[in-house]
Amino acid sequence: MEKIPILRMGNLLLVTIQVDLYDRLAETLESDLVQMIKKTGARGVLIDISAVSIIDSFMGRIIGNIATMSKILDAETVVVGMQPAVAITLVELGLPLNGVLTALNVEKGMELLKKKIAEEEPEEEEDHGDTE
Amino acid sequence: MVTLNRESMSIMREIDVIPFRNRLKEYAVKIGMSLVNQTKIITAASELARNMLKYANGGKVTIEVVSKGRENGIRMVFKDEGPGIPDIDKAMKDGFSTGKSLGLGLPGTKRLVSEFAITSEVGKGTTVIVTKWKNG
Ligand SMILES: Nc1ncnc2c1ncn2[C@@H]1O[C@H](COP(=O)(O)OP(=O)(O)O)[C@@H](O)[C@H]1O
Ligand SMILES: [Mg+2]
Repeated sequence: MEKIPILRMGNLLLVTIQVDLYDRLAETLESDLVQMIKKTGARGVLIDISAVSIIDSFMGRIIGNIATMSKILDAETVVVGMQPAVAITLVELGLPLNGVLTALNVEKGMELLKKKIAEEEPEEEEDHGDTE
Repeated sequence: MVTLNRESMSIMREIDVIPFRNRLKEYAVKIGMSLVNQTKIITAASELARNMLKYANGGKVTIEVVSKGRENGIRMVFKDEGPGIPDIDKAMKDGFSTGKSLGLGLPGTKRLVSEFAITSEVGKGTTVIVTKWKNG
């Protein structure tokens, strides 16, 4: 069966979708990613969709699901490279992917992920004295 | 409206959607449709093909290149012999789904195309006809 590869880079998981998604493939990616996050304890997921020319409500929902599920597992998801025509179409379809963090490209997406993860690290240095 | 070209494909399995989408893309490119409109019509087609598979065990789609005055466009007829839709007004509402999904396929498709028509008869089947004009 065809599968979308998931790459591990430190505490991040990287997915580059190179083909147009169809339902089975998208569902497999969703469950594979959840498994991977659990197994590796990854803190961030970066999904590059710059090669994807069509996202309909089914695939849009899967992307939303991935973001929600990873959040529950304590990982942030950033979707990068959405084609402008795809973004316009999603809004008109009625699925603007509001809950999903997006960035222009992989580089910007990485920065955003690292920032998000850093924000969530427990702040040990501060909080030595009670300021209140 | 004049039909310049017509082609039918049957959509019986999920895998049939890919060659259908590719064919549609070829026609859209051939008539010089903008990338945004190509994306809209292929997304709409994807929604309607999925509905046929999910709710009616498949069906048939006809792709036509049509022209009206100076405008060219693509018309598609999705026809199935599934269970039909008892309440079309309800099915056309954002968020209505009997399939535990988002309920955006029909209303979203209507927003993405230039012309949209749906007829359905319980026990007989459903037909959805959409047209997207090149510059529409
Ligand atoms: N071809 C069809 N045959 C029978 N019922 C259909 C068909 N297409 C749509 N429906 C009905 O209309 C509802 C709304 O469809 P849609 O807007 O695509 O949302 P969704 O597929 O997410 O439920 C479906 O849940 C289903 O009950
Ligand atoms: Mg649907």
